[in-house]
Amino acid sequence: MINNKVITNAKYIADAEGNNNVISCTVDGVGKSVPLDPDNTTFAEIQRQIAAGELTIADAD
Amino acid sequence: MALGTIGTNQIASAAVTVPKVADQVLSSRNMVINGAQNVAQRSSSVADMGGSSGYITVDRFKIDTNGASAGRFTMTQTADGPSGFANCTKLDVTTADTSIAAGERLFIQYNMEGQDLQRIAKGTSDAQSLTLSFYVKGNAAATYVAGFYDNDNNRQVSKQFAVTTSWNRITLTFPPDTAGALDDDNASSLQLRFYLHAGSNYTSGTISETWIAADGTKSVGSGTTSIFDSTNRTFFITGVQLETGETATPFEHEDFGTTLRKCRRYYQKLVGSSYYGGFHAYTGSTSVYVQLVPSMRAAPNVTNYNVRNANSGAGASGQAANYIGPDGFNAPIDGAGGSDTQASHINQAFMEAEAEL
Repeated sequence: MINNKVITNAKYIADAEGNNNVISCTVDGVGKSVPLDPDNTTFAEIQRQIAAGELTIADAD
Repeated sequence: MALGTIGTNQIASAAVTVPKVADQVLSSRNMVINGAQNVAQRSSSVADMGGSSGYITVDRFKIDTNGASAGRFTMTQTADGPSGFANCTKLDVTTADTSIAAGERLFIQYNMEGQDLQRIAKGTSDAQSLTLSFYVKGNAAATYVAGFYDNDNNRQVSKQFAVTTSWNRITLTFPPDTAGALDDDNASSLQLRFYLHAGSNYTSGTISETWIAADGTKSVGSGTTSIFDSTNRTFFITGVQLETGETATPFEHEDFGTTLRKCRRYYQKLVGSSYYGGFHAYTGSTSVYVQLVPSMRAAPNVTNYNVRNANSGAGASGQAANYIGPDGFNAPIDGAGGSDTQASHINQAFMEAEAEL
């Protein structure tokens, strides 16, 4: 399946315990919080782009 | 007489047929949500479409393109339809593309979860036929293609259909597929596609009206119309129904609230009046839990949002939700300097939660 999502500005957001909780990023020009859920199609696309060397995610503050 | 005693002595078997009873009983036979195009949570009209994929107007119906064509259209939920239908989806071409590269393709796609399709017994000896019906019209005669892509097993089947300038109900019956069982989960297993534009990578082979292993060249076939062949081109569709068996029963209408609830499993637009100004932070770490009703298909994307300090007027944009699950998420509202004496609140007309396939 071809996926055209353009994902930029990806950064982990940590929870209260300091664990990565969501990825804040821009998807096709819209700022979104993406959960680390493999059933979420955007997260799946992020994983694909990371594996392909097309995207990196900045560490949480 | 007790119901259980009624048999062929009282009612001849031939007297009871599917068309006679299907519109009164056998509810939930339509496997397509929002087939009547009544729910459009995102927007009722978006221009300059065709360059990218996405859910744009009517819920559950996605524009899917590889973005290669220069053709563009406006997509609207339009108050038009055959008798009994108040709405349809209309595509109105605004930029033509008559130079079609081999790899170009665009279709309207409806994604279905595998767990909702176990009734069709695909991949077993009991596999069911599928009958797809829908109403279409256009500005002129045209030939397009409707078909299915099995996303679990990479299999496909499709058939051509004709469009005229009047509303017509198209009925296409697809044979059973005894190969390739669909996963019993919440992922996209079967994709219903309406091909409206395709290059030779999709048209060079003979269209396969029986299930085959994925072969793009056999998904559209020759002699089809490109919706981008003229800026006069329009395409209208509504009343989409998919059911098991070889008979198209009357469209299964349902009330708006029922359809909206089903659509909200995949997308929810939380309008600001539900919470705007309703939550105030008096410390630097306050947040509000936003519950999603009904539960969504999966943990959704949540659009980042703005926060405003009600006293100082200071704002913070692009705030990220966290602890996102299918039932809700946490929205921090401390980004604009909330303190013991200064309240902050979400300053957003609406928020979106999306768990589309």
